[in-house]
Amino acid sequence: MAQHPTGHSHDAHGDSHESHGSLKSYVIGFVLSLVLTIIPLVAVLNDIVEGTAARVVLLVTAVLQFVVQLFFFMHLREEKKPRWNLMALILGLVIVLTIVIGSIWIMTYNAVA
Amino acid sequence: MANQGNHAVAGAHGHDHGHGGHHDLEALRQMGFWLFLITDCILFGTLFATYIVLHNNTAGGPTASELFEMPGVIAETFILLTSSFTSGLAVLCMNRGSRKGLIGWLIVTAILGASFIGLEVSEFIKMVDEGAKISTSAFLSGFFTLVGTHGLHVSVGLCWMVALMIQLGKRGITSVTKRKVNVISLYWHFLDVVWIFVFTIVYMMGVM
Repeated sequence: MAQHPTGHSHDAHGDSHESHGSLKSYVIGFVLSLVLTIIPLVAVLNDIVEGTAARVVLLVTAVLQFVVQLFFFMHLREEKKPRWNLMALILGLVIVLTIVIGSIWIMTYNAVA
Repeated sequence: MANQGNHAVAGAHGHDHGHGGHHDLEALRQMGFWLFLITDCILFGTLFATYIVLHNNTAGGPTASELFEMPGVIAETFILLTSSFTSGLAVLCMNRGSRKGLIGWLIVTAILGASFIGLEVSEFIKMVDEGAKISTSAFLSGFFTLVGTHGLHVSVGLCWMVALMIQLGKRGITSVTKRKVNVISLYWHFLDVVWIFVFTIVYMMGVM
């Protein structure tokens, strides 16, 4: 009697764990990543877009691919509350963006030559 | 009698709790690894910032567009992307309980990772032969540090993956090895994400 619910809850738990990602979600993620890699390659190397437009295409496709990997490969969307992983990621991104954008900003106005 | 019954229930409960606690511990360890990945993001963030600030300071040496050869880099990109996918397939096999499938896909992932490193090392050797050394210019210092640090991460990941395959062969799929596979696959996806930005910011923006 006591054994049964324990076994049952364990099974249910196992199932919920195994729902982390399916073949479908990995294939979708892979195809989206391929597309998001091919778009900038074709657009920029064939000079379909140039200058600022090319930079925007490159950065947008890179960020989108980052999001695709987070959702389809790293299962960030399936995290249960409280979402510590998401919070840590946001903190990390704030620090990274501060370092990168701050460095560019400061050094742009530090041109000696 | 009643006492004994109580004891049995308490025992069962204790066991259940112990099992849950063990599972929680593995989940906690996986989260600890996630926190490491976030700090690794910050490490790469600083290296990207350094590279971006210095990439025009070529000190009379070769510039990015003169130096980079895209075919090899494009091949590296697709190889690493595919290996990120195959490491996911390894996790799927593990969740189905297939040790053969798990180790098989890990081997595929490791081979793809090794070919990525092979291409990158030959690219670096060629650059150094052409006189583009880490000491040539600030641009190349930033370049070799950023791309080299990523390559080092992939190499460490490869050694780790081989060790994990040996452990999986010995111990099979347990809650501990399961967590280790989950963690290495997170690491591998993370390295692919970093490479996407290396590819975009260093190579694509360098040659356009």
